[in-house]
Amino acid sequence: MAAPKKSVVAKESGQEKANGSPPEFTKAQELAALRDMLLIRRFEEKAGQLYGMGAIGGFCHLYIGQEAVVVGMQMALKQGDQVITGYRDHGHMLACGMDANGVMAELTGRRGGYSKGKGGSMHMFSMEKNFYGGHGIVGAQVSLGTGLAFANRYRGNDFVSVAYFGDGASNQGQVYESFNMAELWKLPVIYVIENNRYAMGTSVTRSSALTDFSKRGASFNIPGQQVDGMDVRAVKAAGDEAVAWCRAGKGPFILEMQTYRYRGHSMSDPAKYRTREEVEKIRTDQDPIEQVRNRLLAAKVSEQELKAIDAEVRQIVNASADFAQRDPEPDPSELWTDVYR
Amino acid sequence: MPIQVLMPALSPTMEKGNLAKWLKKEGETIKSGDVIAEIETDKATMEVEATDEGTLGKILIPEGTADVAVNTPIATILADGESAADLGKASAPAPQPKAAESAPPAEAKAEAPQPKAEAKAPPAAVAEPDPEVPAGTEMITQTIREALRDAMAEEMRRDPDVFIMGEEVAEYQGAYKVTQGLLQEFSARRVIDTPITEHGFAGVGVGAAMSGLKPIVEFMTFNFAMQAIDQIINSAAKTLYMSGGQMGCSIVFRGPNGAAARVAAQHSQDYSAWYSQIPGLKVIAPFSAADHKGLLKAAIRDPNPVIFLENEVLYGHTGEVPKLDDYVIPIGKARIVRSGKDVTLISWSNGMTYALKAADELAKEGIEAEVIDLRTLRPMDTDTIVASVKKTGRAVTVEEGWQQSGVGAEIAARIMEHAFDYLDAPVARVSGKDVPMPYAANLEKLALPSVADVVAAAKAVSYR
Repeated sequence: MAAPKKSVVAKESGQEKANGSPPEFTKAQELAALRDMLLIRRFEEKAGQLYGMGAIGGFCHLYIGQEAVVVGMQMALKQGDQVITGYRDHGHMLACGMDANGVMAELTGRRGGYSKGKGGSMHMFSMEKNFYGGHGIVGAQVSLGTGLAFANRYRGNDFVSVAYFGDGASNQGQVYESFNMAELWKLPVIYVIENNRYAMGTSVTRSSALTDFSKRGASFNIPGQQVDGMDVRAVKAAGDEAVAWCRAGKGPFILEMQTYRYRGHSMSDPAKYRTREEVEKIRTDQDPIEQVRNRLLAAKVSEQELKAIDAEVRQIVNASADFAQRDPEPDPSELWTDVYR
Repeated sequence: MPIQVLMPALSPTMEKGNLAKWLKKEGETIKSGDVIAEIETDKATMEVEATDEGTLGKILIPEGTADVAVNTPIATILADGESAADLGKASAPAPQPKAAESAPPAEAKAEAPQPKAEAKAPPAAVAEPDPEVPAGTEMITQTIREALRDAMAEEMRRDPDVFIMGEEVAEYQGAYKVTQGLLQEFSARRVIDTPITEHGFAGVGVGAAMSGLKPIVEFMTFNFAMQAIDQIINSAAKTLYMSGGQMGCSIVFRGPNGAAARVAAQHSQDYSAWYSQIPGLKVIAPFSAADHKGLLKAAIRDPNPVIFLENEVLYGHTGEVPKLDDYVIPIGKARIVRSGKDVTLISWSNGMTYALKAADELAKEGIEAEVIDLRTLRPMDTDTIVASVKKTGRAVTVEEGWQQSGVGAEIAARIMEHAFDYLDAPVARVSGKDVPMPYAANLEKLALPSVADVVAAAKAVSYR
């Protein structure tokens, strides 16, 4: 694997493809990516419904539109690599292989949820799947993810930690404190900046002096790359490159994933800060799932086969919704457990 | 008239030092800026520069002398035209020599000759025997600084997952020399100098702990940990609960807390009350050397996040530490360090200095005070407090922190809840005054609690 360029391809205009056409997927890879992205899409749609019914409370941040980022990255990782993210985390958990029932039951605050109903949408974890949360404080996961990488280096293994955060979190001070230590100590951490163009209601151009987020590590000498985050193949290719860099002991790597969220910041956000047309155009032209579906159809995969995937995914999601509404609330005694161990 | 050279204070809390070496001989000519002597403290070796010109008339303290108190005359300098015959007149105070801080203490703090507490073994050692130490155990005399270092070194030998990170902990040997020698024994892999980046390295430590390592995170002082308090509370303290018990965090945050000497408001805050409010944290604030060792070892082994509040003023104090292979004190147990029947004094950390001296004063007036060293603030040993108050019927809390929502307020509430019918007087609180810490020596003294405050409070609740 060639070393990534130190200086970064800069396209200030934002959302165009930065690296030309990515390598093709095999049919099996296309089918797997489609299935995993569909699972996230359908799961999030269902979560939105349940929120509307009052079954899910509090904050609920949906990942719809950004599915290719986490699915493509996950395809670049190996068993034992760690993943950590912020509060828009349902997609990451499903991509890590966490059980949809446990995730949905946590959203409804039930005892079968991953955190026994005590964490909610933003705070779920799975040691088994190497998913380290689920963090509600914007930017905190960047230092924590750097700490996971520190532990890998301390132990002398070759695992990589992937810390996801958004364009909004990219302006937090601790992000840069972490960048500095990560490069100083050559920690194997991939910083995946999911640039979905809006930090809640503030567009990147209104919040960021430098909107090319792949350059945010420049003053620490961390290489970065802008990636078409709507194309799962491009994500996987960039992920492969970053993973190789980290595993080779060369230190951290930044990937700016140019993506888009279709829904509001949270369920209570009417998204008045952007036009309906802007959203529609991206859905029509760049939808990560439609891209894969169209390629598969062009490659003569039958509608029947794709429908079977759709049916399987819907079955998983419906079952999770049933479970999440049927499962009892936590026993009142759980109030007092897990404060200390 | 000959000029006296005084033993300089090289840090805000220095009380005495060793005169290691004279670099000039009697009769030698001295120019301003010449290095005339070397002084050793338990933290560093410093050079003493002359601030006056003349001839070194007489060396008053020979090299090799240990424990020379700050401000003791160590030599006289003769001005032009003066001779040894003039030496007898050398009573005039001289400007204090400037210490060339080749290895400066933590920050560029002002030289502060005024010690706040006497450098001797805490009186605790002469009070109640420690129930955790088997009779006949050999005791060694150590500074609190050494006790802390030994605790960390022992735990690092015992468990390869334990490491320490922080500012100046490795090559500098610790801003307050608490980590002295650890780099040499454990290498840079486990003794890690961080950039000045409290929020970031606290988060890195918590992340490492989430993956199963056991970090000791040293803050140069807890004042700087305010930059990191989000990671301490939101990430370290809450994750076990938020994950339904799946993912915890075995980590120790330690460093000096509270007022040092003459470092003013931003460097003098007591965070006892802040951290002790947080479920998910354990909070330890020891006083004796033995407790510093035994409780730090317990903190490192504890599977939960632990805040370990030290005190810069106490670092150089010595005490008896049991010579045991594995001296671990259980977290959450207070200790009665002095028995009495008339009034209960409750304190922790440096507050114990006032409480114990006050108990001595009170004894002279026929009031027998029982003194409780809480040692752990969370979980708080309510049983020991309540049992004592049931016996004495009166209680005074002593803390350096502020009164509003302070630890003393919490103790008073617990006494009210559990021993109201036994109280013969309302609980009294002695605390730091409700102002930011002033710099001026007289104002600083007024802002802190005093022995007299404690004596007065104890007498007030005794209606004496």
